Amino acid sequence: MTRQMTGAEMVIQALIDQGVDTIFGYPGGAVLPIFDELFQQEDVRHILVRHEQGAGHAAEGYARSTGKVGVALATSGPGATNMVTALTDALLDSIPMVCITGQVPTTLIGTDAFQEADTVGITRPCTKHNWLVRRIEDLPAILHEAFRIATTGRPGPVLVDIPKNIQFQTGTYENCKDKALTQYHPAVKAPDAAIREAVELMAAAKKPILYTGGGVINSGPKAVALLRDFVKLTGFPITSTLMGLGAYPASGRNWLGMLGMHGTYEANLAMHDCDVMVCVGARFDDRITGRIDAFSPNSKKIHIDIDPSSINKNVVVDLPIVGDVGHVLEDLIAAWNARKPVQDKAAHAAWWKQIDGWRAKKCLTYRPSAEAIMPQYAIERLHALTAGRDTYITTEVGQHQMWAAQYYHFDEPNRFMTSGGLGTMGYGLPAAIGTQLAHPGALVIDIAGDASIQMNIQEMSTAVQHNAPVKAFILNNQYMGMVRQWQQLLHGNRLSHSYVDSQPDFVRLAEAYGAVGIRCSKPADLDDAIEEMIRIDRPVLFDCHVVSLANCFPMIPSGKAHNEMLLGADVSDEEIETAIGTAGKVLV
Amino acid sequence: MMIVAGQSQSAYFLEEELPSTERSHTLSVLVDNEPGVLARVVGLFSGRGYNIESLTVSEIEHSSHMSRITIVTTGRPPVISQIMHQLGRLVPVHKVVNLTWAGDALERELALVKVSGKGEIRDEALRLAQAFSARIVDATLDSYVFEITGAPADIDRFVGLMKDCGLVELARTGLAALARGRTGI
Ligand SMILES: Cc1cc2nc3c(=O)[nH]c(=O)nc-3n(C[C@H](O)[C@H](O)[C@H](O)COP(=O)(O)OP(=O)(O)OC[C@H]3O[C@@H](n4cnc5c(N)ncnc54)[C@H](O)[C@@H]3O)c2cc1C
Ligand SMILES: Cc1ncc(C[n+]2csc(CCOP(=O)(O)OP(=O)(O)O)c2C)c(N)n1
Ligand SMILES: [Mg+2]
Repeated sequence: MTRQMTGAEMVIQALIDQGVDTIFGYPGGAVLPIFDELFQQEDVRHILVRHEQGAGHAAEGYARSTGKVGVALATSGPGATNMVTALTDALLDSIPMVCITGQVPTTLIGTDAFQEADTVGITRPCTKHNWLVRRIEDLPAILHEAFRIATTGRPGPVLVDIPKNIQFQTGTYENCKDKALTQYHPAVKAPDAAIREAVELMAAAKKPILYTGGGVINSGPKAVALLRDFVKLTGFPITSTLMGLGAYPASGRNWLGMLGMHGTYEANLAMHDCDVMVCVGARFDDRITGRIDAFSPNSKKIHIDIDPSSINKNVVVDLPIVGDVGHVLEDLIAAWNARKPVQDKAAHAAWWKQIDGWRAKKCLTYRPSAEAIMPQYAIERLHALTAGRDTYITTEVGQHQMWAAQYYHFDEPNRFMTSGGLGTMGYGLPAAIGTQLAHPGALVIDIAGDASIQMNIQEMSTAVQHNAPVKAFILNNQYMGMVRQWQQLLHGNRLSHSYVDSQPDFVRLAEAYGAVGIRCSKPADLDDAIEEMIRIDRPVLFDCHVVSLANCFPMIPSGKAHNEMLLGADVSDEEIETAIGTAGKVLV
Repeated sequence: MMIVAGQSQSAYFLEEELPSTERSHTLSVLVDNEPGVLARVVGLFSGRGYNIESLTVSEIEHSSHMSRITIVTTGRPPVISQIMHQLGRLVPVHKVVNLTWAGDALERELALVKVSGKGEIRDEALRLAQAFSARIVDATLDSYVFEITGAPADIDRFVGLMKDCGLVELARTGLAALARGRTGI
């Protein structure tokens, strides 16, 4: 079925045909025709943000918490450039997102016209693909291809830049939802030979480990269910990256906790000592590997990833399996069941005994305090008081983010929205709003830092306007704690510009936005205050005063190996200050 | 490429990078001929710190809007594989082939070389041009423009000699390359 309509109408129609119910945006001259169409229909809800970066992160939160595509809309020039951080964030974290921007009319492109920016040029390196639409004839196919590219293979952000005159022109619209405009068709199924070889390697393993990541969540609920089956079937211990938390339940028997720079002792040592490592949808990020030449030196490595460029990028593996996690796990389980391998029970028992020894270190122990709130304690209480509910957690970036990952135990996927790859302060609040709008009845909490929350605090106004009762739970330590920790590690504790001076009064700030402010500084009051926050059906800024100088442990200092961790409870200031050698100092 | 268990390599190495097996590779890349495709390829190389020794691009099939990009780059084998995979994930890229891996490929380049001078020097330039099978495409009383086609190394040699024969300027097309034999990529 084809129909005549304007370019602006095509945009809305394509959104409807793609099943989009909510978009996040901000108007301006070059997108007015699209906003005019939005005004005249009721199928697509537009959420007006306060800054385009907020629209981008809200779309990311919406996407990650639903598994659907997030959609953002911005005007030309400054609207588009404000979107760059969110696009880069989505690219690094493999979040499917479609961003539509307005552009000056085609006749003015290249003349330094008012609010002209080379949007496709600027966003080329921070999108999976982008298009400048030069002819109305191309618009329908490009709009639908944008959704296909964003969601196919390794997901990512795409951008469609539409000049204003194209938005006004009339053309023929066709719903080309299931047609491919380009030849982009990544393989999802892996070759049988690779599957068989993987089963052989895994069957013979004496000290196996599953190292899982965001790719499991990208692949979807089926992959998550298969992963859980696979753990049951093999009995392998399992750890995950920050991006993969919740795919395997933190309450599960085989769970070792998160791995990496701030991962648990047991996860990192098991990675170091294993003989067979199965990496499932993770990308051997430098936060994971630490010193590459000492990374899991004696293991055979199997790597399942849909993107061939992830394989052998940082770590050379023995057996690459290029394919979608869901498809590959399905085949692996079938092959395992067919092969019925006899595992070395004694070796596995010894391996688990070793792991239990590492677990006994209780690496997440911290010194409790009766007078001041320890940040770890705050997250523990938050978890205890919200775990039974339909809860979604987002974070900002810093120590609080790592404490959230360590002490808030995720049992389900798509429940933890965090900026992993780019580490974008200011991500959490808008992402929480996007998440809340996708899950209206749920409890959505942004675990925030006092510095990060100020990066996109203006979105409180968005939350109030759209009745998104998100809770920003600020671990207020008066510092850019993560920066301060690194200054202590690397720069003789000279705390150059990491103190957050002249903080706003967060309670009154909340009130100024028409939200609710809560302050708490005593451990004894914390539970009641959290309960109160949960009860309030409006946006809340929770100013949780925690001790100022707590460090985030365990930590593998940069440039060190997995078995050279700093543990929290017993590390001295001197050890902290000498932990990183000169070679490690240049690393981030 | 040989893969040995537990032997990991990375950009994150603390040691100085091993220079060992770095060599130049000729990649042939088939792409949709759409606006910005060259910028995507070039941006990928600059953004990820790969180097380009030579790059040529032109449409090879008008009806299907396909272009062939020929890139010469250097690196150790893992880096070259990474470059190929990074190219492969660009949406408009259809195919990436490493002609150097495929075997001794045919590699040709064209150069226009302008020299000026009189007397002895001018005669010498002409003699050398004949020896290299360069054609005269322009001449004045005190200058020549030669056209030479050949493997890049031959052109390098010719240009080197012309430096002593009044070389004024030169323009090179960059590489066109195909695998030998009957099959295409
Ligand atoms: C302050 C700070 C500290 C951090 N510390 C840590 C830390 O201690 N530990 C930690 O784990 N992280 C940490 N991170 C996060 C880290 O930077 C990376 O973002 C994270 O480790 C990457 O996770 P991942 O490997 O799961 O990859 P992702 O970025 O989630 O990538 C997913 C991978 O799976 C592949 N994939 C996608 N879809 C599919 C599919 N359908 N099928 C198959 N494969 C697919 C992709 O190609 C990609 O290779 C930290 C971040 C910050 C900001
Ligand atoms: C946009 C941006 N700018 C700078 C940084 C570098 N950075 C990482 S963590 C951090 C401090 C965060 O402080 P806060 O939000 O208070 O969290 P805390 O570490 O104290 O929990 C900074 C500045 C960043 N990640 N993002
Ligand atoms: Mg702080």
